[in-house]
Amino acid sequence: MTQAFRIENGGLINKDKKLSFKFNGKTYLGYEGDTLASALLANGVHLVGRSFKYHRPRGFFGAGVDEPYAVVQLYRNGETEPNIKATEQELFEGLEAKSVNCWPSVNFDIGAINNFLRIFLPAGFYYKTFMWPKSFWYRIYEPFIRKAAGLGVASTKHDKERYEHKYEYCDLLIAGSGPSGLAGAYAAAKNGAKVILAEDKPRFGGSLLTSDVTIGNQSGKDWAEGIIAELKTMPNVVVKNRSQIFGYYDHNMLVMSEKVSDHLPSTKKYHPNKRLWYIRAKEVLISSGSIERPIVFGNNDTPGVMLSSAAKEYLKVYGVLVGRKPLVFTNNDSGYETAIEFKKHGVDPVVLDSRKNPESEIIDEAKNLGINIKNSYVVVAAQGYKKVKSADIASISEDKKLLGKIENIQCDCICVSGFWTPTIHLASQSGNKTKFKEEIDAFVPGQSKQNEITLGAASGVFSLEETLKTSFTVGSELSKKITENDNKIAIPNVVEKKSSQHDKFWCVPLPKGKNYKRFLDFQNDVAVSDVEIALREGYRSIEHVKRYTTLGMATDQGKTSNLNGLQLVSEIENKVVPAVGHTTFRPPYTPVSIGAIVGREVGKHSKPTRKSPMHSWHEKNNAVFVDAGVWLRPRYYKRGNENLFEGSKREAKNVRTNVGVCDVTTLGKIDIKGPDAAELLNRVYTNAWLKLPVGKARYGVMLREDGIVMDDGTTTRISENHYHMTTTTAQAANVLSHLEYYLQLVWPELNVNVVSTTEQWAGAAIAGPKSRDLLQKLFPNSDVSNEGLPFMGYMEGDLFGVKARIYRISFSGELAYEVNVESDYGNFMWEKIIEVGEEFNIQPYGTEALSTLRIEMGHVAGSELDGRTIPFDNALEGLVSKKKDFIGKRSLQRSAFIAEDRQRIVGVVPLDKQTSIPEGSHLVKDDKAPLPNPKLGHISASCWSVEYDNPFSLAILKDGKNMIGQKLFAMSPLKNKVIPVEIVSSHYVDPKGERVRS
Amino acid sequence: MLYINCPHCGMRSQNEFSYGGDASVKRPELNKEVSDQEWDNFVYNRKSLRGKHLELWQHISGCRQWIKVERDTATHEIFRTFKADEEVA
Repeated sequence: MTQAFRIENGGLINKDKKLSFKFNGKTYLGYEGDTLASALLANGVHLVGRSFKYHRPRGFFGAGVDEPYAVVQLYRNGETEPNIKATEQELFEGLEAKSVNCWPSVNFDIGAINNFLRIFLPAGFYYKTFMWPKSFWYRIYEPFIRKAAGLGVASTKHDKERYEHKYEYCDLLIAGSGPSGLAGAYAAAKNGAKVILAEDKPRFGGSLLTSDVTIGNQSGKDWAEGIIAELKTMPNVVVKNRSQIFGYYDHNMLVMSEKVSDHLPSTKKYHPNKRLWYIRAKEVLISSGSIERPIVFGNNDTPGVMLSSAAKEYLKVYGVLVGRKPLVFTNNDSGYETAIEFKKHGVDPVVLDSRKNPESEIIDEAKNLGINIKNSYVVVAAQGYKKVKSADIASISEDKKLLGKIENIQCDCICVSGFWTPTIHLASQSGNKTKFKEEIDAFVPGQSKQNEITLGAASGVFSLEETLKTSFTVGSELSKKITENDNKIAIPNVVEKKSSQHDKFWCVPLPKGKNYKRFLDFQNDVAVSDVEIALREGYRSIEHVKRYTTLGMATDQGKTSNLNGLQLVSEIENKVVPAVGHTTFRPPYTPVSIGAIVGREVGKHSKPTRKSPMHSWHEKNNAVFVDAGVWLRPRYYKRGNENLFEGSKREAKNVRTNVGVCDVTTLGKIDIKGPDAAELLNRVYTNAWLKLPVGKARYGVMLREDGIVMDDGTTTRISENHYHMTTTTAQAANVLSHLEYYLQLVWPELNVNVVSTTEQWAGAAIAGPKSRDLLQKLFPNSDVSNEGLPFMGYMEGDLFGVKARIYRISFSGELAYEVNVESDYGNFMWEKIIEVGEEFNIQPYGTEALSTLRIEMGHVAGSELDGRTIPFDNALEGLVSKKKDFIGKRSLQRSAFIAEDRQRIVGVVPLDKQTSIPEGSHLVKDDKAPLPNPKLGHISASCWSVEYDNPFSLAILKDGKNMIGQKLFAMSPLKNKVIPVEIVSSHYVDPKGERVRS
Repeated sequence: MLYINCPHCGMRSQNEFSYGGDASVKRPELNKEVSDQEWDNFVYNRKSLRGKHLELWQHISGCRQWIKVERDTATHEIFRTFKADEEVA
C-alpha cells in the first residue's frame, strides 16, 4: 500500500524524505515529520490495538498526548519500550512497532471473546468474582489476570540508554508554545527576563498550526514561526520542543521530560535518551491549551471514530485524510472547521449538529462551500467492527431526550466534537483551586496558591484576540516585576472567525430496544452502563466511582473521558457538576520513563564510590573489594586460588602470630577544638572525659537520647584544647551532625568547633605481637616501648620525613597501633610499612580478617550496635558513668532497660565445633517447638576462630548474663539449619585483655 | 521539592538539607531531676501538627548550620526561617 490517504499538497511534513517502517511485521512508507499514527493513517491503517478489557478493535482517537487507543510496543535499536503513544512517536527510518493487548494478532484476537461476554464483565467484576474460593487467588485468578492484563511488555534487558538530570532556574517558565505561550514568552523575553519555553510536540505553535487565523499580516502559523525564530536568537531564552512539563511541585519547582533521542533511529554518541529538567521558576505561565472532548454515542470506540480536531490536525500538519466519506458530529463550531478542511481538499463531509439553528461566520463559510449540514441531528451508533462502515443517525428533540427515526448513512470515519476541555492539570497540581465555568461546561483554574497563571484555552478563553492581548500583557507585567525593564510591544491585529455558543449536550440517548456500548473511557473500557452500576451500588464520591469503575485510570489518565464521566454522575445524581467535583490531578501529566526519573544514578553511579589513598596498592596486590557504606575496602588479599574463607583465615592467623596491617582510612574522624572540648565529650560520651591527659586516648560510647547506643570509637587528646575523635565508618556523618546539633542548638554556650577530617588522614592499623618491633623500625627516633607509648597512648612521630600520628589502640585485641599521616602520604606510609615489615612476616589484612579478630575478642561493632541495644546489652555498662549526666542517660532508667533478664551479648560455639552458624540465626530452647518458636536471641556476627580453629559467633541473648554454659539451638530457616550450640563468654580469646597491654 | 531560605546562605533546594524534627522541643537541663512523663515528652511525644509548625533543618550540604523553619505541614508554605540562636517570636 502506498500512502493512499496522503493528499498531494499540504502538510508540514518533508515529502522529499521517505522513511520506511514496520507495523506488526508489515513494511510501510511515511515521510520525515510524520508520527507513527499519521504515517499509518496515510497508509489506511486504522486498526492498531485491542481494548484493555473487552479486546474490542481500537484505532486512533486523537493526534497527540490525549490518545487513549493507539498505545504500541516500540522496537528501536535493539531495545523495546512499551506504552508508547503512536500519536506522539515521531517516525524514523527503520522504526518497528507492534500492537499490544492482543493475541495472536490484532486482526484475530482470542481475547475479543470478552466482548461477547461483556454482560458478565460489569464494573467491579474483578472485585466481585475473584473473592472466592480464597485459595484460588494466588494459584488461578492472579496469574490469569496478570497474563490477560497489561499494555505491552517491559524489556528484561539492561537499558543501554543514558538519561540525564538537569537543574535550571529561570524567571519565567512557560508551559506550551501555542498563541498564549508565544506571546507571554516574547513579551517577557523582550523585558530581559530569563525565559524557558517548553513545547511537548516537535513543532512549536500549538493551535496556530491548524487554525485558520491571521495575526498582523501573516497566517497564524507563520507568525508563530517568526516569534520562535526570534526567541531562539535571544541569549536569555531557552526554547525546547519535545519537552513535556509533567509535574508542578512545591515552591515553583516543575519537572520537564525532554525527549532527546526518541525521534532518531538510535541515540547519538554521548547524548542522553531523555533529559529530566528540574526547573525552579520565579513565575510560571501555563499555556497548555485544551483538549477536545468527545460526544458519547453507541459503539463510539469503533476504529474510524476520532476527535474532529485530530482529523483536522492529520490533514493540516501531516497531509493525511482520515477518511474519504467523513461524517462530522458536533455540538459546536469546531466541527465545521474540520468539515471545511475536508471540503477544501475535495472530500465531501456530512455535518451533524446537535444544535437546532446555530449561526456564525464559520457556519456561514461551511454553508457557502456547499457542505451538507443536518441540524438537530446526532449519531446514534457507529456501525462496523474493525472500521466504521456506516452510522445510524437520527434527529433529536430539543430537550435531547427523544430520537427521531433511525437512518443509516455510509461513512468511513466519524469526526466528533463535544467542545473543549481546558488542560488544567499543571494548575491543579500547583494547588490552584479550580472552579467550574458554566459557559464552557468545564473546570478552569481559579485561585492560585503558587506563582502561576494560566492563560489562553487552558483558562477557558477560546478567542485568539483576547488570548494574545492578555498573554502579551501578563508576560510583560510578570517580567517587569523581576527585571524592572518595560519594553512596550505593539499587540498585533487578529483576524479570526467568531464562534457561536456550543450545545450543552454530551451523550446520545439509547434508542428503544438497543443496548449499544457507549464508552466514556476508551482505554479502560468504561461505558456509561458501568458508571450507572457503580452509582446504583451506592458509590457516591467521584474518587470512589473512579476507582470502582477504573474511569480515567488508564495511561491516558482520562484526558478525554473525565469530564463526560462527571457529566454522567451529575446527571444521575441530579447534582450540578461542580458539586460532584473532579478527581485529583496528580503528576505526571503523561507517562515518564522510569529511566528518566532514575537518571545517571544507576549501577556504580547509584552512589558515590570512596577510595582510600592506598586503593591502587590494594588493587595491585589482588585485593578483593567489598562495599563498606560508600567506601570500597579490601575484604581480603587473594593469594593463588584462595577463597574468602582461606584467605581471611590466613590473614587473621598472621595477625595473631606475627603482624598485619589494615587500611583503616575509612574510619570517621572529627577534629574537636576549643576550651570546652572536654566538657562536650563528657556530655556526649557515657564515660568520664574531664581528666583525660594530653597524649592519651580513651574508648567511648555515645548514646541517642532514647538510651540506644549510637556509636563507639576512641578519642585522643592531641593538646590542651584539641581532640581527635574517631567514629565507625558507617556513622561518621551522623555523629558529626549529632555533635553540631548539640553545639548549635542545645548547648550554644560551649566554646567548641567540630569539623570532619575523615578525608584528611590516611590510617593504617598495625596489629600483632611483632607490631612494636616493626613500629620501632618505622620510627627509630621515637620511644615506642611499653613505657614510652603505653596502651591508649599517643605520640607524634617522623616516618621517613613525613609527620605521623601514632595511637596505641587496638580493635583486633592484639598489641596494636594506628598510624595516621596526611592523606597524600597514605600510599607512602603503606609501602614503607610493607617494606619494613617484611622481616616480621607482615601481611596486609582485609575487613574479613578484621571481623574475625574482633568477634573472637568479643569487641562489638555495627552488627551489635544495631540501633536496638543499650550499653548493658553490649557488656559496656562499665563505661556508663554513675556520677555525671550525659546524652541519653535518663532513658537508661526505663523499666525494660533495667529488667533482670535484659538481653546481653554472649559467645556461641556449635557443639560439634564444625558447623558455622549463619548470621541472623535465632537462638531457641527447643528446636521441635511449634511455630512461632519463642526466640531467645539472635546471632549478630559469626567467624572461624583462628585462635581455637572452630566456629565462633556473637549473639544478643535474653538474660545472657545467666545463660553461660547453657545448651540451645541456633535455627536458620533461611539456610535450613538447626545447630545445637553452647553459650560461652563473648570474650572468647584473651578474656583479661593482656595482649593489648603487653 | 521545597525551597528553603537558609539564613546563612540564601534560597536553596530541599535536597541540600536534612530534616531534624520539632524545633519547639527543649531538652531538659543536664543534672536535673526529670520525671518519666517529662522525659517521655522530650524523647518521644510529638504533636504531629497539621498547619504551622516550627521545625529544625540542617543545611548539611551547605553551611552545616542547624536552622529553624516555620512551615505549614499541610500546604508546605514556608513563612520564616531563623538561625539556631534566634528567638522565634
